[in-house]
Amino acid sequence: MSVRLKIVSAIEQIAAEQHVTLPPLEDNLSLHETGFDSLAFAILVARLEDDLGIDPFTISADASFPLTIGDFIKAYENVPA
Amino acid sequence: MSPREIFALRDYLDPGLTGRTLSDARHSASLTEIAGQTCLKGRLAELSGRSVVLATSNQFLAAIAMLEIDGIARRMLLCPPDLGAGHLQAIIEDAEIDAVVTDQPDRFAASGIALVLIAGEELTAAPRTPTQRATEWLMLTSGTLGMPKIVGHTLEGLTGAIAADAPARGNRPIWATFYDIRRYGGLQIFLRAVIGGGSLVLSEPGEALADHVARLNKSGITHISGTPSHWRKLLMSGAAAGFSPQYVRLSGEIADQAVLDGLRQAFPSASVGHAYASTEAGVGFAVNDGLAGFPASLIGTSRDGVEMKIVDGCLRIRSKRAAHAYVGRRASALTDNEGFVDTGDMVELRGDRYHFVGRRGGIINIGGLKVHPEEIEAVINRHDGVRMSRVRARKSPITGAIVVADVVLADGSDASRRDEIKSRIIADCRASLAPHKVPAMIKFVDKLDITPAGKLARSDA
Repeated sequence: MSVRLKIVSAIEQIAAEQHVTLPPLEDNLSLHETGFDSLAFAILVARLEDDLGIDPFTISADASFPLTIGDFIKAYENVPA
Repeated sequence: MSPREIFALRDYLDPGLTGRTLSDARHSASLTEIAGQTCLKGRLAELSGRSVVLATSNQFLAAIAMLEIDGIARRMLLCPPDLGAGHLQAIIEDAEIDAVVTDQPDRFAASGIALVLIAGEELTAAPRTPTQRATEWLMLTSGTLGMPKIVGHTLEGLTGAIAADAPARGNRPIWATFYDIRRYGGLQIFLRAVIGGGSLVLSEPGEALADHVARLNKSGITHISGTPSHWRKLLMSGAAAGFSPQYVRLSGEIADQAVLDGLRQAFPSASVGHAYASTEAGVGFAVNDGLAGFPASLIGTSRDGVEMKIVDGCLRIRSKRAAHAYVGRRASALTDNEGFVDTGDMVELRGDRYHFVGRRGGIINIGGLKVHPEEIEAVINRHDGVRMSRVRARKSPITGAIVVADVVLADGSDASRRDEIKSRIIADCRASLAPHKVPAMIKFVDKLDITPAGKLARSDA
């Protein structure tokens, strides 16, 4: 499974657990519009760290948190695992 | 000079009560004859008025030395088995120790203490020494971080709950405890055995649980205590089958409904209860109705010399059974201005009962919201597929921390049902807890570590 697919499937899993109805996950969708709160993102980042072995937001101290789904996925794709 | 009003432990050793024993896996002594024996080669008189540290390699020797030294020394500091050498030296200085009783003299070669008495399990006859004074008992807290604190007690305070809560006379109890008797919870059992005319079977570090239970069965034990973690381990091991104590007690950690129900099922004919006690506050109260928590009516009233109040969600206790002070050069005050000990244990009122929710120092902060690991564990533990769990914080770049849970499945739980059990746990947590308290991740583990004090090891506590 590609990094992108893993991320999308993790988002869908958490949305189901948290009873969040997701809009279509397109690259230009802002993270705010996903309906996820900060707790849901914290869970997502932790699970992806276990799954992919990386947490791009902790590795780099000056990394700003992404604004869109596309930026979020890129943050994982750009880090050498 | 044996002041009439001062009772030392030796004065409870009635030579008329026969058949009493003190034993571990390797040693046994008669509690009937011990009053006329010495483990110090008859050198007890040298400890008169001294501040003695009791540091032995095993509980058996510690028990015999306690019986001998109490009422003679000025102070007696009980050294638990897991005390590090660095802490030991600081404690010796804080407690103004000027004598050692040990079977490991090498440990004290560089301590600067001139009087080192060697204790040994081979007992020799010695004349009974009359009680000289009320020895101050010093115990160490089982704090998980940094220096343990030294807590000062009297025998009268330590035994304050025993007269009030004495086991039925007639058939004399045979006691056992999973605790080490140099810790508060274990010492209570040692004192109950000595004062109540019974026998005591000690635990043995490193002994397999099945062997321990076999030994307890062989000794015919009737009364036994331990922490909820000790009991969960026993229930998990399968060793509970064929074991039938009459009196089962839990203390030292929160007794949740799951472990109380588990014990009632495993020991249907036993009295199962839990007690609240701490090294500082002493024995607070016992709860014998089989339910978790305690009746709200216990708060604000005084019974058996124990008064309790709740300040900022935390239990405070004023009691004759409490310690009288912290001891040492930088010792802080043990009580508030009104004489209450702040236990650091947080409670919540649900209906007409208070429930313990966790330690004030163990709170996890999730994006500014507070979580007690114990309240989440109580929800997880009530699943029949689960034996025990530990909730901990995991760092998060977004919320500071998230809650994750390590879960041990009950024996007989099918590993292939893990995903189903995980979903059921999450669903139940969502239904019972605020969203930030629902574990973000659940990991199944084979076992969870227990500290030397018998409590669930919490790396972040």
